[in-house]
Amino acid sequence: MSKRFLSGNEAFAEGIRLAKPDVISAYPITPQTIVVERLSEMVEDGSLQSEFIHVESEHSALSCAIGASAAGARAFTATSSQGLLYMAECLYYASGGRFPIVMMNADRSTALPWNIYGDQRDSLSQLDSGWIQAYAENAQESLDLALMSYRIAEHPDVSTPFMVNLDGFVLTHTYETVEIPESEQAARFLPAYETENRVDFENPKNLAFSAGPDHNYIFKYKAHRGLLAAADVIAETEREFAEIFGRKYSGLIEQYRTEDADLILITLGSIAGLCRESADRMRMQGIRAGVIRIRYMRPFPNAEIAEALRNAKAFAVLEKDISFGNEGTVFTNVNSALQKAGLNIPGQNYIGGLGGRNISAGNIEAIFRGLVSGAPRVSFIGIGGDGSGE
Amino acid sequence: MKEIIWLGRGGQGAFTAAKLLGAAYTAEHDAQYALAFPSFGPERRGAPVRAFTKLDEKPVLDRSQTEHADYIVILDDTLYAPSLRTLLKPKGRILVNSKAAIAGAETVDADAIAAELRLPTVNTVMLGVLTAVSGVITESQAVSAIRGYMPAKIQERNIAALQKAIGEVQP
Repeated sequence: MSKRFLSGNEAFAEGIRLAKPDVISAYPITPQTIVVERLSEMVEDGSLQSEFIHVESEHSALSCAIGASAAGARAFTATSSQGLLYMAECLYYASGGRFPIVMMNADRSTALPWNIYGDQRDSLSQLDSGWIQAYAENAQESLDLALMSYRIAEHPDVSTPFMVNLDGFVLTHTYETVEIPESEQAARFLPAYETENRVDFENPKNLAFSAGPDHNYIFKYKAHRGLLAAADVIAETEREFAEIFGRKYSGLIEQYRTEDADLILITLGSIAGLCRESADRMRMQGIRAGVIRIRYMRPFPNAEIAEALRNAKAFAVLEKDISFGNEGTVFTNVNSALQKAGLNIPGQNYIGGLGGRNISAGNIEAIFRGLVSGAPRVSFIGIGGDGSGE
Repeated sequence: MKEIIWLGRGGQGAFTAAKLLGAAYTAEHDAQYALAFPSFGPERRGAPVRAFTKLDEKPVLDRSQTEHADYIVILDDTLYAPSLRTLLKPKGRILVNSKAAIAGAETVDADAIAAELRLPTVNTVMLGVLTAVSGVITESQAVSAIRGYMPAKIQERNIAALQKAIGEVQP
C-alpha cells in the first residue's frame, strides 16, 4: 500500500487501474477529462493493459462500452453533464442488456445557462435509467468505489451497470492523501470478469434483443429485481473490502450522530463533511443535530433512511438539484421512504450549489436553525422560499 | 487549521506549489491532513489564478475557498493589492515575489533566484520562502515532495531553488 497526494479524478483512475478493465472508451469533457487522461498514460507506460479507444462522442463512448461488455469484457468509460445527457439513450441499452459497465460521472451543472461547475442535476436526472448510482465524498472513497463498483455490478444477482458520481471540481480537482492498494490485494478482491451474458460462438444466443408486450415487462421486472439485489451485494462487498483493505464503509447511507438527534440533515456527495462539522457546532449550542449522507441513490435506501429518522423531530434535505415545477429529487425520494414506513416527520428542502455556487458553513447552520424556527418547505439557499404552499 | 492562498498567473505554477505543500505536510505523518485545490474554471496562460492549501491535524472537511488565510503567497507582484489583507487572519502575513519593498508585505526577489538557477518559474522559490517563514513544513519534507511529484529532469534545479530561498530568508 502506498500513500499519494491525489485529486479525486486521479484517485479514481488509480482504482480503475487496479480493477484492470479490458476496454476503456474515452471522450473528454470537463471536469472528467483527467480520469481518462491518466488512464491513457497508464496504458501508454504499460502499467495498465487495456484496449484504450478514443471515440467521437459520449453516445459512442457508452455504445463502445456496451459492445465490449457484450463480448464478455470488463469495460469502463467516464463522462459528465451534457455528455451524460447525450449518452442517455445508451444508458437504457446498458441496463436493459444487463451489462455491468462502470462509468464515472463528474457531477456538473446542465445548460442553459451553460456552466462547467459542479452540481448534481446531471446524474439525478438519470435515476430512472436502471443504473446503480453511488456518490463519493472524498478521493479515498472515489478510489475504493472504483474497485468495489465492478464487484457489485458484475455479481450474477445484480448484473447491472454502475455509475460512480464525483462532485465536479470540489472532488474531481481537489488533492488529498489517498492510500493506493497493492495490485495483488486488488486482484484478490476483484477476480476477472466471467459471464454467460456475452457473445459466445460455442453457445450462440440472442443478446440485446426486442421483446413485445407479452414479455417486455418481465425483463423490466428482472432488471428492477437486479437493482434491488444490489443492496445485499453492496453490504457483502464492503465486508470483504474491509477485511482485505482495512477501510470500512456503511452501505447505502452513512450516519453521523443520528442516534439521539432531534434534527437530521440529509445530503449526498462532498458537502457532507461540512455538514458534519456544522452538526458538531449545533450540538455545542445545545441543539441535537445529526447528518445522514446518502451513498447510494439507486438502489434507494428506503428502510435505512426511515429507520435513521424514526425518532427525529424534523429533517432537512440539502441537494444540488431541482426538479423544476416540484422540488429537489432527493427530497421526493426521502419523503417516499417516510410515507412507506408510516412516518410523518416535518421536512424542509434546501436547494443549493447549483452551477457550482459555494455552500458555506453559515448556510448549513442556517438550515439547522430553519428546522428549529420553521421555514418554507422548499428554499433556494441565498434566495428564499420557492413560493409553493405559501 | 493553517490556510494558505497562492496567487500567480497561469503558467507560473501556483497550483503546483499548493499541491507540493500539501504533499510535503502529509507524507510522513498519518495524523496530518491536507487539501489543495486551484480556483476552479477554465485555465489561461497569463491570467490571474488562485490556489489553496489547507493543513490540519484532523481531516479537512471544508472544501470551500479560504476566506481567512494564515499566509498569502504571491508569485507575481502585479497581483498584489492592499485589499488582500481582508483575506488574512489577524496575524496573517503576505509574502510577495518582488524586487521592490511593499508596505504591509514581506518581499523576496524570487525572480533573481529563479534566473540564477535557469528556472522559468518561481513557484518552488516561493515554497522555500513559505517553508522558512512559516515552519509548517521542514526543508526535507519540501525536498521529498519535489522528488515525489515533479518530473525527474527538473527536480534538482527546483530543489536548489527551494534551498536557496530558505537560505536567503533565514537569518
